[in-house]
Amino acid sequence: MEELLKIARKSVESAEVFHMVSCRTTAQFEANRLKQILTRDGIATALRIVKNGRVGFAQVSGNIKSEELLKMALETSPFGYQMDFLFPSFQSFPKVEVFDPRVERVAVKDMVSLGENIIRDVCANTPGILCEGSLSRGTATLTIDNSSGEHANCMRSSFSVSIDGMLIRDGDMLYVGDIRSSCRPIIDHTPVSGEIIRQLGLARKNASIGTGTFPVIFTPFGIAGALMAPLISAFNGKTVLDGASPLKDKIGKRLFDKRFSFYDDPTLDFQPGSTPFDDEGVPTRKNTFVNAGVVHQFYYDLHTAALAGTISTGNGNRNGGMPSPSPHALVIDPGNTPVDEMIKNIREGLIIEQLMGAEQGNILNGDFSGNVLLGYKVENGGIAGRVKDTMVYGNVYELLKDVTAIGNDSRWIAGYVNTPSICFPQISVASK
Amino acid sequence: MKDVLFSAIAGQKADYIEIRLDESSSSRLAFRGDRLEEAGRSASTGGNVRALVRGGWGFVTFNSLDKLADKVALAIEQAALIGKEDSKFSPVAPATDVVVAEFKKNPVAITLSDKKDILDEYNRLMLAVPEVQTTSIGYADTQKKVTLATSEGAYIEQSRIDVSLRLAAIASRDGDVQQVGLSIGSKGDFAVVENLHDEVKDIARRAVALLSAPHVKGGTYTVVLDPILAGVFVHEAFGHLSEADHVYENPQLRDIMVLGRKFGGKHLNIIDGAAVPGLRGSFKYDDEGTPATKTYLIREGILNSRLHSRETAARMSENPTGNARAINYQFPPIVRMTNTYIEPGRTSFDDMISDIKEGIYAKEWYGGTTSLEMFTFSAGEAYMIRDGKVAEMIKPIVLTGNVFTTLDNIDAIGNDVDMNQGGGCGKAGQSPLPVSNGSPHIRIKNCLIGGK
Repeated sequence: MEELLKIARKSVESAEVFHMVSCRTTAQFEANRLKQILTRDGIATALRIVKNGRVGFAQVSGNIKSEELLKMALETSPFGYQMDFLFPSFQSFPKVEVFDPRVERVAVKDMVSLGENIIRDVCANTPGILCEGSLSRGTATLTIDNSSGEHANCMRSSFSVSIDGMLIRDGDMLYVGDIRSSCRPIIDHTPVSGEIIRQLGLARKNASIGTGTFPVIFTPFGIAGALMAPLISAFNGKTVLDGASPLKDKIGKRLFDKRFSFYDDPTLDFQPGSTPFDDEGVPTRKNTFVNAGVVHQFYYDLHTAALAGTISTGNGNRNGGMPSPSPHALVIDPGNTPVDEMIKNIREGLIIEQLMGAEQGNILNGDFSGNVLLGYKVENGGIAGRVKDTMVYGNVYELLKDVTAIGNDSRWIAGYVNTPSICFPQISVASK
Repeated sequence: MKDVLFSAIAGQKADYIEIRLDESSSSRLAFRGDRLEEAGRSASTGGNVRALVRGGWGFVTFNSLDKLADKVALAIEQAALIGKEDSKFSPVAPATDVVVAEFKKNPVAITLSDKKDILDEYNRLMLAVPEVQTTSIGYADTQKKVTLATSEGAYIEQSRIDVSLRLAAIASRDGDVQQVGLSIGSKGDFAVVENLHDEVKDIARRAVALLSAPHVKGGTYTVVLDPILAGVFVHEAFGHLSEADHVYENPQLRDIMVLGRKFGGKHLNIIDGAAVPGLRGSFKYDDEGTPATKTYLIREGILNSRLHSRETAARMSENPTGNARAINYQFPPIVRMTNTYIEPGRTSFDDMISDIKEGIYAKEWYGGTTSLEMFTFSAGEAYMIRDGKVAEMIKPIVLTGNVFTTLDNIDAIGNDVDMNQGGGCGKAGQSPLPVSNGSPHIRIKNCLIGGK
């Protein structure tokens, strides 16, 4: 990569090379059985250059000659934006543990037994259920070099387990599942099978709820699936810069419940979202978006920060193109209320575990609406059973303004969101 | 190339082996408001080996053709770890063919500068509308060549060119933010992204109008869907359930999805087929070398057929339909839709709405998803229908239904038809796959809608 940088520097003012080499092995289960084993090797290289003050960009997956990649980037630079920042020259980064050498050494047969153990427990609990999913381990080495003299290098490992169960009962389909990931090997199968069995237990009976407004508890899965997308959009420095965030002029204002604190923390050890530097080589840090209900800050990459007259928060990430602001590992602070206690205080209400379609609403202003794919009816302080054919409608900002209680049950969802359950006084429900 | 691939397969022991190579190159332009955010080029080269041994699959990707035979051996070794039964894989006559890219106005031949000029014009039109806060525009064109060689002796090279454009206008007033989008796509014709000036002005005006539109009250309504949204509906509500990989190893679902089951009225015909020419989901061979077909999924309301890969077809003793598709070399082919649509019926739009006292007319799409049984899809534009007439605009809505009852609740099918080419389908991490879907206007009774 230093060669590419050297060649590029001959014909441009400044340049940056992003290089990622990855290897991933996955054991895939279908209908309770091992079906496929996949090994994937990936190489990705991206070149960002500045020529005549304008930014050019090209990226390639697979092998390519340096001259070819440079030619592609030069083709685009006459149309690129005016360079408005300097490539960084950081020499030190926070110490974040994201590599465990044991991950690479996990044998495929041990990944397979982990999957088999989960499925065996779930099937023993609920005969007739069909499980599918995957167990996967991998490593990735990320290198960023630029003409300001920065050389950042990081090796990451990751291990993930994702199992879903489908049960057909009298023509009714029930979906349950869990997903866990870490930079360390996952060895114990019981947290995953235990979570799936918990969902199955609560959904054993069917129940129904009417049309109207009811108190609602979003579980960690429910929060991650329904409430996160609007918040991620609203705190994005680019949405703010464009004037399309409802929070654009709300820094320092209390818009949320005072027990609500929300931040991005890529410095936690062994979390898959963690990293010592972002995809532009900027050191990462904990960034607080909401502190005790008060809007605190937004998140930026280098270019957006330059346009907004601020500095990068270490959130420049590449999702298949040029860097843009995106969070690493989001955390909502836990409260101290056990979920059982939240349930005890509800006469008639809803627990939402999975909301289908939530991301299809107008995310920009916080509206969401979806079908309760997995959720339970609460009756007189207890869980009465699973609800179906039920739509809810809500607005993230209205909900989070006043919450009834925040749970003490925080967990990671897929390694990128850590949240407790949250109970809200009311949500609109429409049912058949 | 042919010799390199066949010599890597030669002498290796498996029930089936395929090697697939991808070469693609793309141009992208992205705007946010009046700022050009990205002018970029990308390229991708790579390939994979997939091997079938006694019912188990091994899959290995590679970035260079060096030591290809070792990659084949690794895929076989992985498959052999799993395989405990007989392989089932429908026979398909091995083809030798070269399919060149079809195009009308080739996007690759148009300069980045000319592309940018067109997008600049659209952007100016949207930003000129008062109360439009910002815009977002994403354009991409991709040319791609896929080469397939199998242990059965098939050798197929297929090339295609894809164009896509997504525009959104975002309006804001007093903290409320509303957006309206437009998605356009085509297999090889740049002309579809030209001359959209009227459409673009219209989305900007509608985004502003949404600021003063009321929310609908949640509940069940009679809804009329325009051809674009009805296309998304047929894709989500029924298309995914007809993919045989959901069904073939699930005995209960096989009972539920038995061919001959009644799903809707006699007026309902649903088709999927890559053999329907000129659409975004069209191709000559799928990624297992099966020739494209045109499949009646539902004929006169009755479940007639389903979408297959060679494995699902063999396991269900049905015919392969040419629906095994992979988004790129990083993934194995799985059962996917191609061009999915409802055939036109006889009802005019005016007749469809004339006897609706209070209902909803929902147009354009924002998104859609399915759990197989339940589905949701969202409209980009919606109006109340009052006393047989289209009335006031309402804020965007999410609709839901249950596949086993909703298709039977379609009580009118229009005499018009249109295809939505601007969408992409996601399944098992492979997204967005080029597909198209379409329909005439349709009316659905008793449809559940979320709202205040």
